[in-house]
Amino acid sequence: MVKMYEAWEGFEAGTWVHEINVRSFIKHNYTPYDGDESFLKGATKNTLDLWAQVMELTKEEREKGGVLDMDTKIISTITSHGPAYLDKDKEVIVGFQTDKPFKRALMPYGGIRMAEKALQDNGYTIDPQVKEFFTKYRKTHNAGVFDVYTPEMRACRSSHIITGLPDAYGRGRIIGDYRRVALYGVDRLIEDKMEQKETTRSTMYSDVIRIREELSEQIRALEELKEMAMSYGFDISKPARDTKEAIQWTYFAYLAAVKEQNGAAMSLGRTSTFIDIYSTRDLKLGRYTEEQIQEMVDHFIMKLRLIKFARTPEYNALFSGDPQWVTESIGGVAIDGRHMVTKMSYRYLHTLKNLGAAPEPNLTVLWSTRLPLNFKRFCAKTSIETSSVQYENDDLMRSTHGDDYAIACCVSSMRIGKEMQFFGARANLAKGLLYAINGGVDEISGKQVGPEYRPITSEYLDYDEVMHKYDQMMQWLASVYVNTLNIIHYMHDKYCYEKIQMALHDKDVKRWFATGIAGLSVVADSLSAIKYAKVKCIRNENGIVTDYEVEGDFPKFGNDDDRVDSIAYDIVHRFMEHIRKNHTYRNSVPTTSILTITSNVVYGKNTGATPDGRKKGEAFAPGANPMHRRDTHGAVASLSSVAKLPFIDAQDGISNTFSIIPGALGKDDRIFAGDLEVNFDCSNGACGTPTLFEGLEDNAK
Amino acid sequence: MIGYIHSTDSFGTVDGPGVRFLVFMQGCPMRCLYCHNPDTWQTGTGTQMTVDEILELYHKNSGFYKHGGITVTGGEPLLQIDFVTELFRRAREIGIHTCIDTSGITFNPQSEDSLLKHKKLLAVTSLVMLDIKHIDTEHHKRLTGHSNENILAFASLVSDSGVDLWIRHVVVDGYTTDPVYQKKLGEFIATLKTVKALDVLAYHTMGKAKYKSMGLDYPLGDLPPLDGDKLKAARDNIISAFRDRRAQLIRDGQFDRDLKH
Repeated sequence: MVKMYEAWEGFEAGTWVHEINVRSFIKHNYTPYDGDESFLKGATKNTLDLWAQVMELTKEEREKGGVLDMDTKIISTITSHGPAYLDKDKEVIVGFQTDKPFKRALMPYGGIRMAEKALQDNGYTIDPQVKEFFTKYRKTHNAGVFDVYTPEMRACRSSHIITGLPDAYGRGRIIGDYRRVALYGVDRLIEDKMEQKETTRSTMYSDVIRIREELSEQIRALEELKEMAMSYGFDISKPARDTKEAIQWTYFAYLAAVKEQNGAAMSLGRTSTFIDIYSTRDLKLGRYTEEQIQEMVDHFIMKLRLIKFARTPEYNALFSGDPQWVTESIGGVAIDGRHMVTKMSYRYLHTLKNLGAAPEPNLTVLWSTRLPLNFKRFCAKTSIETSSVQYENDDLMRSTHGDDYAIACCVSSMRIGKEMQFFGARANLAKGLLYAINGGVDEISGKQVGPEYRPITSEYLDYDEVMHKYDQMMQWLASVYVNTLNIIHYMHDKYCYEKIQMALHDKDVKRWFATGIAGLSVVADSLSAIKYAKVKCIRNENGIVTDYEVEGDFPKFGNDDDRVDSIAYDIVHRFMEHIRKNHTYRNSVPTTSILTITSNVVYGKNTGATPDGRKKGEAFAPGANPMHRRDTHGAVASLSSVAKLPFIDAQDGISNTFSIIPGALGKDDRIFAGDLEVNFDCSNGACGTPTLFEGLEDNAK
Repeated sequence: MIGYIHSTDSFGTVDGPGVRFLVFMQGCPMRCLYCHNPDTWQTGTGTQMTVDEILELYHKNSGFYKHGGITVTGGEPLLQIDFVTELFRRAREIGIHTCIDTSGITFNPQSEDSLLKHKKLLAVTSLVMLDIKHIDTEHHKRLTGHSNENILAFASLVSDSGVDLWIRHVVVDGYTTDPVYQKKLGEFIATLKTVKALDVLAYHTMGKAKYKSMGLDYPLGDLPPLDGDKLKAARDNIISAFRDRRAQLIRDGQFDRDLKH
């Protein structure tokens, strides 16, 4: 029997009434918006007061060296802490991770040493009982992984040919469908999970045992979610009845996730168009004003900006800062052809104005040429004013992931509630090339890390010989890398399972096995140098090549030059093929990404000189970027090189970090939108570059 | 045909309408005190490229330039007028919007040959961006090392040829900030029938680093970038003079208002 709720009055029914299916709800009920931003409202007094309070706390946090307060004793769970507020009377949307704003929670399930060190490095001491408990009586993810690692894996880890592995911190990159809580209420979700548990296969193979245990954990997490919300005075067992509740329910679900997991990326999903359905209904009914709705959004975003985790300086160095990757995906185009921009898309972006620019939440526009022009202009304007908007290619991703996917972290796309990812850091392909040349010996430590293949002995490098050896070395690297990740994800599932996030997924999820590549442009340029210039090896007293001399010029990645761009393409394709040869944990589907977006400095630091002339320790380019200053033919050429990389082999994403002075894009805040669309005519004054004389003549009568 | 090219850029957004493919030609006879591309001065050097090679680069990413086109700049592109004419002829054949960013310095109205060549170029040019450095010839000399008569004559030639014209003018404190000359400039521009836009630019110091790396003294020393108020004042002065003069011309019947292109 179909259960209908009062909260659903006025909504068009669809599949979503019969099954947990937020996409169907959105499809049946959302209202695309083609207008401009003139309807938007500024920040209310309450918002400004709260934000002033936040700025004050931020200042105190900075003055204290980056951390204001940390929990040393209470192990963070969904219900571990009572309610916390900035100012209860002024907050429209409530909820913090611990019992105080800006206080970072203690999360030892990923690894007790990491949790302890994060405290220590910030001047706190872990409660000895907690330490004893997680050392003696309760095993962690980290302990599990190190029980199983092979010596080879450990060697790869310490030489940094594989770096950033989530073996001591939360893997993250999982997006719960937090909207489900708002649409259905927790009770309905629990019922659904019960049914899932009742319908597992009945012969107790280990995978059946595992799924039954996981479903039990998920149900327990949902119960805890209700309890946590109740501590703030909200009964979220039933569906949200209006905009405020829809935002609050969704946020509680997300909050439960960040109370439970200190993941490397704790992304939000794609909530704006979903919430818009509620606000459209409320505006129609006169339940709330535009100003009130914007206030709710502002407070929601404010809360997302205050998500904080306890982390070590090493972690922050790896990720260049203290990122949470609260990514929210906005816009895009639906499979039925309608764009998915709503007024709420504007309201989310408008928080950058009401609260000021900020890197979190990572507001990401799913860009399509078919987005409405008004919205494109608004995005461009917001980008120019705040430098805080990320763009992703919806036209590219929609064909793989449909129209209800979201971005986890910076580029990893997945269908919300239907797909999850095993995040897997990166293999350092530049170092792999050096191993190929040195027969598996690390160029910095001099240790035999890789297999003892025959090294290159000639003075000058020969392209075919290097490629042959490199291919073999990549095959080895892919194998040890995938197997290391298999261990990590097995143990993460076992000791640090994402209960609430997986409770907000379907039972049978598709799992992506995400690998990553670092140093692609270094490799492409190195191979290009070997092929088109002359590269001389400089060996140390042990015969290890530690430096290179490049004689002559060579094509460099980032200039739309097929001679080198095809090398980059080939490397990505080959490496991915080697990855695919391996067994992957839990029938996950291997993908790779080219997005060392935050770690290029650390990877470079641990890599010796490379045949492209890059010196030892010099930073890599971020992601799929060309090496710094080597792209000399302007942005289109640089982007074209990156665009040639095969998405089919790097489905987890290809990132290109692109900075430009706003003035270089034109002279007012609208030029960029038109240009991306390639659909406006400057002669009518739309681009407003110079002062145009059309109107002037009329005045000159 | 071969041209001496300083460089190309695949993403020009301020040199003509839309996103444009830019060709920087090598060589320039002017020595403007505020020049920010001193590396393009020397003639006879640079990369030798054919018209085909340039068009090939354009075509590789032509999707980006659908509402833009090609802009040839420099250096002074008209030093290689035959090459530019050939490039534009070929580009126009396939519907590419062609724009030249020039100082007009190479034009010599006294020479039949020069007149012919410039007319031939204009026949295949969609837009001329003409940089008038100063309206007064003595001041022009001080600023660029050359008088401005030929440049102004070139402006009139463009106008008479019916080719769209954008006037650019850089405001440099102490050099082009005198309102008397700003007014004169506005009045002159008002006489140009095909002028579509005025781009008043603020002097900036981004070229300094290049001088340093080339071992050259920077002619304007520590002169700071122009501030916004002075830029606005200059723009207002030029435009108001333009307006008055244009109104007068219309009243006198010397300017046909319908003569729009």
